[in-house]
Amino acid sequence: MTNALPQPVTLPLSRENRVDPPQDLRRWREEGPLRPMLYADGHVGWLVTGYSAVRSVLADSRFSTRLELLHPPISQRLQQAKKRPGFFLREDPPEHTRFRKLLTGQFTVRRMKQLEPRIQKITEDRLDAMERGGPPADLVRDFALPIPSLVICELLGVPYADHDRFQRDSSTLLNLDTTPEQAQEAIEGLATYLYGLVVRKRSEPDDALISGLVSTGELDDTEITGVAMLLLIAGHETTANMLALGTYTLLQNPEQLAALREDPSLTESTVEELLRYLTIVHLGPVRTALEDVEVEGYMVKAGESVTLSLQAANRDPERFEDPDTLDIRRQAMGHLSFGHGIHQCLGQQLARIEMRIGYPALLRRFPGLRLAIPAEDVAMRSNMAIYGVHRLPVAW
Amino acid sequence: MRIKADTERCIGAGMCALTAPKVFDQSEEDGTVLLLAGEPSPEDEAAVRRAVQVCPSGALSIS
Repeated sequence: MTNALPQPVTLPLSRENRVDPPQDLRRWREEGPLRPMLYADGHVGWLVTGYSAVRSVLADSRFSTRLELLHPPISQRLQQAKKRPGFFLREDPPEHTRFRKLLTGQFTVRRMKQLEPRIQKITEDRLDAMERGGPPADLVRDFALPIPSLVICELLGVPYADHDRFQRDSSTLLNLDTTPEQAQEAIEGLATYLYGLVVRKRSEPDDALISGLVSTGELDDTEITGVAMLLLIAGHETTANMLALGTYTLLQNPEQLAALREDPSLTESTVEELLRYLTIVHLGPVRTALEDVEVEGYMVKAGESVTLSLQAANRDPERFEDPDTLDIRRQAMGHLSFGHGIHQCLGQQLARIEMRIGYPALLRRFPGLRLAIPAEDVAMRSNMAIYGVHRLPVAW
Repeated sequence: MRIKADTERCIGAGMCALTAPKVFDQSEEDGTVLLLAGEPSPEDEAAVRRAVQVCPSGALSIS
């Protein structure tokens, strides 16, 4: 680049308009797909906001995801986190491949489809309970959180009766205000619990995933614990927030909601559009260049971190027409909400099915579904690594 | 249209099986891509192009 670069910015977190990305991200994307960014440890790296640049970095093996190479975009906590065996989201090939290939067969489109009847039953049970207990109800506590939690517990072979425990720890880990000591305590708590479970599966095997990993003989118990932790956290916090924030968003867009109620064949495109529009993974991901790489005319030097703003990329007008409008009829597939490249979300086909079942079942059950408090009083999860709503009081 | 699928590159995300289920499936063992038809019928070609586009690992190509 011969042009002078702008001063480094810090990563904005707060969405002024609730569901839209921070306005700074939009402005910066209009000025260029990359710009210098100041990281929490003083490192000056990059922030990427353009769709094609984000996508190309995520697909480029010259960028690493190894924890020890990453500078923390917003808090020192990321850097201080200890590396854990089995946490393969933070590994490059060939180490990453060793774990991922043991798991992909368990998360195929077809395997996930086979879970449909079970997910439908879980969903209807939650709706029954909601109907008996309300109105009002807290959609997060009574619907959005228990459904994916129950599903991932069954899939992994984790007793749901223990959910209070792991939900508390995973929520601590995702809270950006958590101190390093609290995070360490939560991680150790979760690891101790899951390690005990893995050991138990050796003597009392079942048909679920953790037992399956034990029986391959390819991973040791500490590695399986890391894998289980990753899948447990990723498996419930994400879909839970999509279900609740997606419902909130549909209720705020009554004409779109009416169209979906009218024509349930719009469900699949609605799910993709909500994924694009809301982009709840709103802090990264982060990669570090292993060598000098030119990205759309900007020279990223070896050792520099890049933060890839999925939410800015998913609202890039170069890729999506009229990107700031929620349009459940659009072809939103190709959004980057599950990431891109070799680390793209392993559980995305499960998440899709949970949402494709969840939204229409909720709308069918409660034709008069509405917010029970003013929309502006709904507290947003700006302080969490996964965006969403803390509570969503609804009536019907 | 001819499709090539590189199972070494494939990460088993399933985007092709989701987008063009008549043309792509996934191995039960490791989730990697299985070609159901090396030469898709003309009515599936648009879906195949979309599948190539959304593949996260660049494992698919068409000629």
